[in-house]
Amino acid sequence: MSEACRDGIQVINEKAYGEIAAPRLAVRGVSIGYGGPPVVRGLDLEVPDGALTAIVGPNGCGKSTLLKAMARVLPVTRGEVLLEGRPVHRRPTREVATRMALLPQGPVAPEGLRVRELVAQGRFPHQTLLRQWSREDASAVAAAMKAADVAVFADRPVASLSGGQRQRCWIAMVLAQNTPILLLDEPTTFLDLRIQVEIMGLLTRISREEGRTLVVVLHELNVAAAFADRMVMMKDGAIHAEGPPSEVFTERNLAEVFSLAARVLTDPESGRPVCVPLLPGVPSLRAAAE
Amino acid sequence: MIALVRHGRVPAYALALALLALVFGWHISVGAKAIPLGTVAEALLTYDNTTFDHVVIRDLRLPRAAIAVMVGAALAVAGALMQGVTRNPLADPGLLGLLAGASFAVVILHGFLGIGGPGVIPLFAALGALAGAVIVWGIAISAPGGATPLTLVLAGAAVTAFLGALISMAHLIDEDSFENLRVWLTGTLAGRRTETALWALPWTLAGLAVAFGAARQVTVLAMGEEAATGLGVDVHKLQAAILFAVVALTASAVAVAGPLAFVGLVIPHVVRFFVGHDYRAVVPWSALAGAIYMLVADIAARLVLAPVEISTGLVTAILGAPVFVWLVRARL
Repeated sequence: MSEACRDGIQVINEKAYGEIAAPRLAVRGVSIGYGGPPVVRGLDLEVPDGALTAIVGPNGCGKSTLLKAMARVLPVTRGEVLLEGRPVHRRPTREVATRMALLPQGPVAPEGLRVRELVAQGRFPHQTLLRQWSREDASAVAAAMKAADVAVFADRPVASLSGGQRQRCWIAMVLAQNTPILLLDEPTTFLDLRIQVEIMGLLTRISREEGRTLVVVLHELNVAAAFADRMVMMKDGAIHAEGPPSEVFTERNLAEVFSLAARVLTDPESGRPVCVPLLPGVPSLRAAAE
Repeated sequence: MIALVRHGRVPAYALALALLALVFGWHISVGAKAIPLGTVAEALLTYDNTTFDHVVIRDLRLPRAAIAVMVGAALAVAGALMQGVTRNPLADPGLLGLLAGASFAVVILHGFLGIGGPGVIPLFAALGALAGAVIVWGIAISAPGGATPLTLVLAGAAVTAFLGALISMAHLIDEDSFENLRVWLTGTLAGRRTETALWALPWTLAGLAVAFGAARQVTVLAMGEEAATGLGVDVHKLQAAILFAVVALTASAVAVAGPLAFVGLVIPHVVRFFVGHDYRAVVPWSALAGAIYMLVADIAARLVLAPVEISTGLVTAILGAPVFVWLVRARL
């Protein structure tokens, strides 16, 4: 979409929502259920443009469900997800895929598929039966592989790589899709801490340098607090707290949402909050000193 | 040939088509009376209805060769689609209850109840295949979560086992009426089937057209349903289209040649060994390889124990299994 076109949508949004332009991605009064009681109930969320938003919460709080509904993988029972002011579930799915990419949780590539072939799948929404592979596709794939640092594996089967390398290949695939918005469902789960930091560093770079909007569901609280521009903390299918990590990532919220007794310290290096769980059964040095 | 496949698609396709033409000619020349390849070419290019061999070729052998091509291509493509959409390497056209439904309908209506002459077997087979697919689809869609690849495969396996048991039971109760069905149940290209084939041809072509059109999306779907949705594939619409293609291809193949196993399972794997995972290559190569393989199997069926003819369905497995095992080992 051209800049002029995007401006046009902004103008429409301003008309619809008053003075403030609606963000590229917003959730309005959304309920989601799998047939039984709703997993997410009447949830509202404005995703800030060009920033990394982390969604955290205990298991079963509905954070992945919310992300899947935002990505139109799941239907909503009430409310709507707005992409550029228009309901994502009613827009042509191929058109949505040129604006918003999704990295699902624990993706599995078909056996024998090579890295280059996987990354090339990201170009699918930009192709038609008549226009199958263009120079633009080739350069987008090359750029994505370079950004995710997987160009050296280009001709190896995805299955032969380590977990972290594989995840970087999948990130390269969604990067090749070349969308302003990226949704990622637990991209660091089951990876070593070093790899988690590496992947989050890559995602931060994408959002900072390319101005893309990222929504990332994260399991690791400290990793989320260290890298997110904005943090959404969910509990029982609703948003409990939302804002910059320094405001949301507090001892009180951790206790209320995760039932976790923890101390939140500030990393002197980055100024980011870090949580240190209180350890039952381990004698407190401070208590001993007093 | 492999190098050609890797380095450029056009010469490889040309080579495969030439091989198909060659095997096609060889298939026609083989039979109760061997006809030289030159005469075969003559009969196809400059037909003379006063030459006995030409008449034999036109009326008997050419239809059989054409049917082998049609059935082989249909089953191989149906298998490739099933494996791609279900992400299950063991999926084949038989998995959706299509083959069991066809066999069951023929055994019960024709063999057990004695309805109709041999001419109605293809009709029963096609209806049975459709009924099998509808039953499997109905069971899958009523399961919680709807007709996912998993529920479809499970329902297909259950229906196949159930109908298989009923067929065996019918067999035990009434052995005599099974005599004339024994060959059909293993899959065969023998007998005059031109009329059935002409009736089934549009369905095969429609199924192939859908398969070729949807190939690119099947590749994406192999990344998983969520990833495919994220990439802009309408997963449910695609699955419905593929289901139509698989049912059309399998039902028409079964109507013409009986429940031929193995081709739909193995040919797509062999093809993927060489061309990789892009279904824009897997679908056309499966069609070509399936057609060539079915011709070769049918040649063997008529040559190995000549003048006795083995049923083609047995040869596809007897010939194919060792080759497939060798390929798997060579690959690993």
